[in-house]
Amino acid sequence: MNITQSITRLYHQFASPPYFYRISGLWLPYIMGLFILLFAAGLYGGLVTAPTDYEQGEAYRIIFVHVPAAWMSLFIYMVMAISGAIGLIWRMKLAEIVMICSAPIGASFTFLALATGSIWGKPMWNTWWVWDARLTSELLLLFLYLGVMALYNAIEDKRTAARAVAILAIVGVVNIPVIHYSVEWWNTLHQGPTVTKFDKPSIHLSMLIPLLIMAVAFKLFYIGNLFMRVRTEILVREQKSKWVKELAEES
Amino acid sequence: MKPARKKRLFFIIFLITGIAVAAGFALYAFNQNLMFYFSPSEVKQGKAPVNKLFRMGGMVVEGTFKKEKNTLKVFFDITDYEKTVTVEYTGLLPDLFREGQGIISRGKLNSDGIFVAEEVLAKHDENYMPPEVAESLKKAKK
Repeated sequence: MNITQSITRLYHQFASPPYFYRISGLWLPYIMGLFILLFAAGLYGGLVTAPTDYEQGEAYRIIFVHVPAAWMSLFIYMVMAISGAIGLIWRMKLAEIVMICSAPIGASFTFLALATGSIWGKPMWNTWWVWDARLTSELLLLFLYLGVMALYNAIEDKRTAARAVAILAIVGVVNIPVIHYSVEWWNTLHQGPTVTKFDKPSIHLSMLIPLLIMAVAFKLFYIGNLFMRVRTEILVREQKSKWVKELAEES
Repeated sequence: MKPARKKRLFFIIFLITGIAVAAGFALYAFNQNLMFYFSPSEVKQGKAPVNKLFRMGGMVVEGTFKKEKNTLKVFFDITDYEKTVTVEYTGLLPDLFREGQGIISRGKLNSDGIFVAEEVLAKHDENYMPPEVAESLKKAKK
């Protein structure tokens, strides 16, 4: 069997809701277990073992939540838009479900990034909020997530809703590079990138390691949370099918 | 790929390109408004609005910070390493304010060319390190 065939097979397997339901149920405990482990390690590393910053003292420690949350807000949006495009082109049900289940998680991470940034901004910048390019484009991202959720719920037929939402999500992709490069294209109050640049990260290794552990932990949390939401959505949509009925009788 | 799927794929590519071009034009047109602050050079060149509030950002020049006795009024120079503008400010300064640190202030130019600020914000840079490392970096520079 060649590679193209095996990819096609894998694609069809994962596109099948019963298969995904079974496999994700097997993976879920490991994903969440690893998340709890890394989250605890990252928090301990960030809040206890990482040294204080030379300028900001202890207050900088909010970056261990703020930065991974901001990364997740962009990452989840890309997952949402790409699965939206897959759903639109191949009419794949599971991709539509992944798209719509990602929206509330992404919105939460965006809100978390905005809130922690604001809490940090008051003592450091001397303001809760400014309308600079980075902060404004990140706020726009929150509205895009909320728009996706609102539009999906406004349309009765869920397959039609998914198509409309996919287009909205794809259009919003333009905002993603704007958020990332806003601090380089324009003068902003928000500082430039520390880690996500081609240069060497301008953060000491003892602070970078817990930051990266937290970033991986947040990714795992997203995957675990997404799986739980997708599984529920699959059961709701397929409640009349044979395999769901069998599943219900078993338990 | 089936023709119907191909059509939808092209539709999506067309959609993204179209929106990206439109957004690019819009951002390009608003470029000046998206600048959060002016540099001292731009202010000296007269690019900043006159008699209107605007923001100016730069580094606080070492050794220029002066405080008026018994008031909260302070004076300091800010620079972009080309031109320097004196700032006058009455009020509390942020934690990160110090000489050699980047700041952004909002205010107006007065007739003497002094920037009268209503608000001073500290702009933090992207560097994070423990104090000992900062200390040794300083020594290495000297």
